[in-house]
Amino acid sequence: MTDLKLSAVEKAYGKVKVLSDIDLEIKTGELVVFVGPSGCGKSTLLRMIAGLERITGGTLEIDGMRVNDMPPSQRGIAMVFQSYALYPHMSVYDNMAFSLRIAGQGKEAIDKAVRAVAEKLQLGSLLDRLPKELSGGQRQRVAIGRAIVRDPKVFLFDEPLSNLDAALRVATRLEIAQLKEAMPETTMIYVTHDQVEAMTLASRIVVLAGGGIAQVGAPLDLYERPNSTFVARFIGSPAMNLLSGEVVGTGKTTKIRADQGGGIITAAIPTQKGDEGMKVEIGIRPEDFVAAEGDDFAFEGRVGITEALGEVTLLYFDSKSSTGDDPVIAKLSGIHPSKLGQVLRLGAAPEKIHLFHKGISLLYRGDKVFLPNVAPH
Amino acid sequence: MSPIMQAALTIVIGVGGCVGYFYLSNQILDRVLFPARGANAGRNINRANAIRPWLFLFPAIFALALYLAYPVFETLRLSLTDRSLGGAFVGLENYARMTDDPKFWEALRNNFLWLLIVPAASTAFGLLAAQLTDRIRWGNIAKSLIFMPMAISFVGAAVIFKLVYDARPEDVAQIGILNAVYLQLCGDSPITWLTVPFWNNIFLIIVLIWIQTGFAMVILSAALRGIPEETIEAAIVDGANPFQIFFKIKVPQIAGTIVVVWTTITIVVLKVFDIVFAMTNGQWETQVLANYMYDKLFRANDWGVGSAAAMVIMILVLPILVWNVYNARREMR
Ligand SMILES: Nc1ncnc2c1ncn2[C@@H]1O[C@H](COP(=O)(O)OP(=O)(O)OP(=O)(O)O)[C@@H](O)[C@H]1O
Ligand SMILES: [Mg+2]
Repeated sequence: MTDLKLSAVEKAYGKVKVLSDIDLEIKTGELVVFVGPSGCGKSTLLRMIAGLERITGGTLEIDGMRVNDMPPSQRGIAMVFQSYALYPHMSVYDNMAFSLRIAGQGKEAIDKAVRAVAEKLQLGSLLDRLPKELSGGQRQRVAIGRAIVRDPKVFLFDEPLSNLDAALRVATRLEIAQLKEAMPETTMIYVTHDQVEAMTLASRIVVLAGGGIAQVGAPLDLYERPNSTFVARFIGSPAMNLLSGEVVGTGKTTKIRADQGGGIITAAIPTQKGDEGMKVEIGIRPEDFVAAEGDDFAFEGRVGITEALGEVTLLYFDSKSSTGDDPVIAKLSGIHPSKLGQVLRLGAAPEKIHLFHKGISLLYRGDKVFLPNVAPH
Repeated sequence: MSPIMQAALTIVIGVGGCVGYFYLSNQILDRVLFPARGANAGRNINRANAIRPWLFLFPAIFALALYLAYPVFETLRLSLTDRSLGGAFVGLENYARMTDDPKFWEALRNNFLWLLIVPAASTAFGLLAAQLTDRIRWGNIAKSLIFMPMAISFVGAAVIFKLVYDARPEDVAQIGILNAVYLQLCGDSPITWLTVPFWNNIFLIIVLIWIQTGFAMVILSAALRGIPEETIEAAIVDGANPFQIFFKIKVPQIAGTIVVVWTTITIVVLKVFDIVFAMTNGQWETQVLANYMYDKLFRANDWGVGSAAAMVIMILVLPILVWNVYNARREMR
């Protein structure tokens, strides 16, 4: 049982507040991923949990005990650093044995523990090498091994794969997934820039931005039901298109007239009487666009650049989405025979359409939603 | 002309001469010897560039050859001849006379003592100072103070410490701080510290430690800063306490630099002369090799034994020097 609870946690450097009002509960065995734009405080939050950074406000509890002032080594955590942070003067074996020696364990117990972990991570033949004699992937495994040896209750990863090349990244990502599977009782917190890592590894994703938590949820939850335009555009690549429109019909489903083109579309989102005339932003993911039949189109535009990737075709339209600079993008499956300058009408299935009012999703009306004051990309 | 004017003039002529040499020689190379114009412009540029490094290196190479390389061979030759016989070749006789001299063995033994204490103490104190001043606000002031003795010449330092160790007659106020403190605490009568055999060696050694600690501190401080912060944080998470972090994580990572500092100070120690010369002149069993050499060469006018002593110093320094350069190069990579 290792529940982690952050209540109103805050971090300030002097007068500058980097993080504020962080409320988060993490259950035993979860793999929680922190994502967010660069500089939003992911590492800072992780390091506060580790105890490497002082918590300037709020409380951090592990297993119901306040640990704000507990030194890192007593919190039952282990950390894998972005640069691996292996001790360069020690062999792989000594790197992994270091924490156990510090803890004063017996020689035989240490040997057993180190060899068991080395076996698990296929480091058996590398035990006598120095870190500089290892490849990037091997170093990463040693760093993970060094963390595992301590048998921590909470694992902290700070962008562990960002120094690896693309192929190795995929392989190591799978290894981490397997590792998690093999240690169901261990809680993991993982910081990453990479959406694919976040979506594939996480049991829950925490979107951090602008000094607060924008949304917490299961990966597909965030993808399907983002609570704000920020999260909507942050999750998914290319980012969701936003088009301005106006509610013209309410009920179990909502009818909206798109400003651009003027077609009437239906969204599977309930609205109340009286919402007619409300200005909304229509969110449609590039991959949800389909060619529209008749007059029920959400968008009409002239094709600018096309990128044919074989499995999909990306169309960049001349028209801008309602965010301002970004072009409307459609991701159509297969090879699409569109030409430069061709005018296309696109729509989307009602359940694929998102609606936002003043940045907040209509699905979350009345909920407390934190709107980060920054751009998602 | 006042000495200050002389010094200023020397500096102006020296620096101006250097600048002038580089500027003019470069001009001659580019304008007169291989001008970058005419039919052979391209070829001339290449030739000028091939010669330029040598042109700039020439003053240094020339000075090194004249004042370093040539004296080595000349000293070797002198150590095999006898002045009183009109410079006749006498083989290894000078070396034999030297090894028969108890003063030589005293010097060798004392040098060994210096060698044992100074590099170790300076490096240890320097490392300590570097670590302790690293994170505090007034650390830089402390560092400047510790580094300051480096700016004082050895003779200057010797004079300062001569005053520290000074002894006055019993009924007069002591101006030497050591005696003043000693009389306050436990002593009955002032001690002339520099005449107490064996311990007077230690008193001389302290002067060099005082000077060299600043050097060690500056180099080691830079090395400590170069240690990746994350390895220290990893050690904190692993549960290491500050002492374990220092001795098991930090020190091993700067071991290479420690060796370079150690050997550099070792070379300084082997050549130590000024401090002994100015403070005891080798009396009361404080002789060291360099001062012994000086004694023989310029006081006894015995160039044979003096040169032999010089050769001994060189042979002792050489392997450490080679090792030092090897390590320093490895550190730089
Ligand atoms: N020592 C410090 N003093 C002042 N501000 C700091 C300090 N350390 C970090 N910050 C600020 O805190 C914010 C969060 O930094 P942090 O490293 O946590 O970002 P991050 O989300 O991990 O970014 P990245 O994705 O680039 O790693 C940044 O805006 C940074 O400028
Ligand atoms: Mg970071």
